[in-house]
Amino acid sequence: MNNLRIASRRDFLGVFSAGALVLGTRVVSARGRGHAAGLDVTKAAWNPNVYLGLEPDGSVIIVAHRSEMGTGIRTSLPMVVADELGADWARVRVEQAVGDEKFGSQDTDGSASILDFYQPMRETGATARVMLERAAAAHWKVAATDCRTENHFVLHAPTGRKVSFGEIVSAAARQPVPRKEELHLKPDSEFRYIGKGVPSVDLKDVCTGRSIYGFDASVPGMVYASIERAPVLGGKMKTFDDTATKQVRGVQQTVVLESAKPPYGFQALGGVAVIADNTWAAAQGRKKLKVEWEDGPHAIYQSESYKKMLLERAAQPQKPVRQAGDVDAAFAKANKVIEASYYTPLLAHASMEPPAALAEFRNGKVEVWTATQNPQAVQKTVAEALGLRKEDVLCHVTLLGGGFGRKSKPDYVAEAALLSKKVGKPVKISWTREEDLRFDYFHSTSAMFFKAALDDTGKPVAWLQRTVFPPIGATFDGKATYADTGDLTQGFTDMPFDVEHIRAENGPAEPHLRIGWLRSVANVYHAFGIQSFIAELAHAAGQDQAEYWLKALGAPRKLDFKTQHAEYDNYGKPLEQFPVDTGKMRRVAEMALERSGWANKKSGNGRGFGFAAHRSFLTYVAAVVEVEVDDKGKLHIPRVDLAVDCGRIIHPDRMRAQFEGASVFGASIAMLGEITAADGRVQQGNFNTYPVARMNDAPFETHVHIVQSNESPTGVGEPGVPPMSPAICNAIFAATGKRIRELPIRKQKLV
Amino acid sequence: MVRIKVNGKLREFDGDGEMPLLWYLRDNLQLTGSKFGCGMGLCGACTVHVNGEAARSCLTPMQSVAGKEITTIEGLDERGSHPLQNAWQQANVPQCGYCQSGQIMQAAALLRKKPSPDDHDIDEAMQGNICRCGTYQRIRQAIKIAAGVKA
Repeated sequence: MNNLRIASRRDFLGVFSAGALVLGTRVVSARGRGHAAGLDVTKAAWNPNVYLGLEPDGSVIIVAHRSEMGTGIRTSLPMVVADELGADWARVRVEQAVGDEKFGSQDTDGSASILDFYQPMRETGATARVMLERAAAAHWKVAATDCRTENHFVLHAPTGRKVSFGEIVSAAARQPVPRKEELHLKPDSEFRYIGKGVPSVDLKDVCTGRSIYGFDASVPGMVYASIERAPVLGGKMKTFDDTATKQVRGVQQTVVLESAKPPYGFQALGGVAVIADNTWAAAQGRKKLKVEWEDGPHAIYQSESYKKMLLERAAQPQKPVRQAGDVDAAFAKANKVIEASYYTPLLAHASMEPPAALAEFRNGKVEVWTATQNPQAVQKTVAEALGLRKEDVLCHVTLLGGGFGRKSKPDYVAEAALLSKKVGKPVKISWTREEDLRFDYFHSTSAMFFKAALDDTGKPVAWLQRTVFPPIGATFDGKATYADTGDLTQGFTDMPFDVEHIRAENGPAEPHLRIGWLRSVANVYHAFGIQSFIAELAHAAGQDQAEYWLKALGAPRKLDFKTQHAEYDNYGKPLEQFPVDTGKMRRVAEMALERSGWANKKSGNGRGFGFAAHRSFLTYVAAVVEVEVDDKGKLHIPRVDLAVDCGRIIHPDRMRAQFEGASVFGASIAMLGEITAADGRVQQGNFNTYPVARMNDAPFETHVHIVQSNESPTGVGEPGVPPMSPAICNAIFAATGKRIRELPIRKQKLV
Repeated sequence: MVRIKVNGKLREFDGDGEMPLLWYLRDNLQLTGSKFGCGMGLCGACTVHVNGEAARSCLTPMQSVAGKEITTIEGLDERGSHPLQNAWQQANVPQCGYCQSGQIMQAAALLRKKPSPDDHDIDEAMQGNICRCGTYQRIRQAIKIAAGVKA
């Protein structure tokens, strides 16, 4: 499972490791039907590599190979190419790539797009620039080193001559492609777009309703499908009766899809599909289906008893995953020992656009149009489902109406492809909200236990932490019960406080639903536990929460996992380049405290300030949250301050937007989110039973403060989420004296 | 037979009168700017105007709109330059963008009734429209830009 998970979440650089550029490649061109973009770069007059093409009229085509789910990546990476090329952004056209391994990893996940592709995109732009410069130099018979590009022209500085990209493109195409060592990258001072930003390429279309999402894809002759699935994972159909269904106007036929077998991975779940003329008829027909299910072993699953089991396991000794000193001896002789348990529920992604895909099976090949974070996983999954080669699956990527990790898992695309093969027509599948919430790959529920010994000054001298949650790995191998190194890397193994005696442990848990990754994944609960518990210690020591936190963090240092018998995958990146640096964590903490005016804030009487900081996806984030709790216990968040160190920032406005959004997403998790199951069946079905943050629940304003940095860029999409729930709960404690140890907050009385 | 006007064009529909307007707009007319989000009027992604009032098209049966005028995001402004559409771009509101048609249509109905809304008015009018990317702060800002009120 490890391999599959790692490969699907971050397939590091892939083709780039052998040199940044893949030359002379051609990818399958789209048939051009439907709305989704094909890959026009292959039709350009000159395309020096898979990401870039130039036309004789001077227009530049840049391929966006990562999926757009709201981060702005479809703009930001092409913008990097354009800047390094010296192109005028107004003359750049962005085309969305189909799924193809030639592009390297397209799995838009793990906050890795800029981290992994900033440099390759610069090299892509620089390659074409060098060829344009050399072509112009040959034309003018001057030294290429005296030529440079600017605003879609090549300039010869000594004579002031210039030639447009369009005029020189055919000569440039005949230049040998420079080796990586021959490239010179622009100094920061010459950046026109990098670090400044341009409006998103989809902005106007989104505001006028013209942009195309997976839900909107269409081809002539397509039919609409709606699937009745087993209510309990692993359930099998006993009998079904579609007599009434077939009488519904617009229903064409029903199709039985075989039930998936564990491990479920990305397989289509199976069930009974209703095929109809339109979405409504398919849904109406499905309502009239009579299906009897054999539930299978997961019908024993009850959230309430499962929660008790998790908390009991967290209270017992478990498998050590990090050890320093001797916590047991330190507890035995301590005068003051504090303990606390925390619990977080299952969560659903609930992206505004539920899963949707359109597939057409024809002549042994499949063409799909879908909202996916991972088009290469679509190729693999659909190929396996239909017994084809992945090269025979052409995946067009539409815009995604949110993803948050759900759309990395292409089970819904396999459904559309299987159905298209069975009915011999293009089939569109669009999930309802009920299907989305009930058949999600859920964010794990978790229980954590903490115990600390404080010395006479209140300083923690021993720290024990345990985490127990059903791991994502089980979705892929059907057996995993313990977390893997990656799960524990996410905010658990790297507990940052400077404590002499430390032990971290992980206990087993068996999942009864498909578990998957959700924005910032295991960091969500680990940050909640650790950052809440440190605030509990501050209270026990009678000290200001933030001052105590800074003292506990200790002197700036880089965490050394080897000497503490811990495995740490560091999000797949070398620790030498991206250490876990408590000095950086201190800097964001101090910035958030200063910018929020922490020192002058007074908590009490229903108003409180809370602090938390966390490193995830190599980025450091500190949060100060202000809450108000009225006399009826209603919670309001007037202000959030987030201080962020994510290295160099490529697109400042989109970076800020991600943190503004993470503030809301994190508040939604803390305040509202909870999925439960009874008899193996998910009990929530829509936004009335699975509430998410609305405008009046969300933080009223979020201020994003940036640590200026020229270091390598790190993650932006996810790291804002984890510090939110502990900072909110610490603020509630400051406001009311009520300590929240279980989420969501809405289930607790605050006054 | 249901006769309606959609974005100024007369249309005739003779299908299932119970079918919600949303699916007629999306599946029959290919006006896909109005989005499906919940099917229960809980999220606002499907918001259109029926005779100038904001309505959740996912809950609006075709037979109930006979003789009425429907405006969708595609018809809000001929050139796509409604003050809210401009303000949305000025404030760079959208992230994934999926809910934004509904947000803009809801905000347009608000401004028609209250040309200078305060924060409370905006909360009241917009709390039925969910954005999972969390763009609420900028939605509020854009409404104020369009209304010409101080942010």
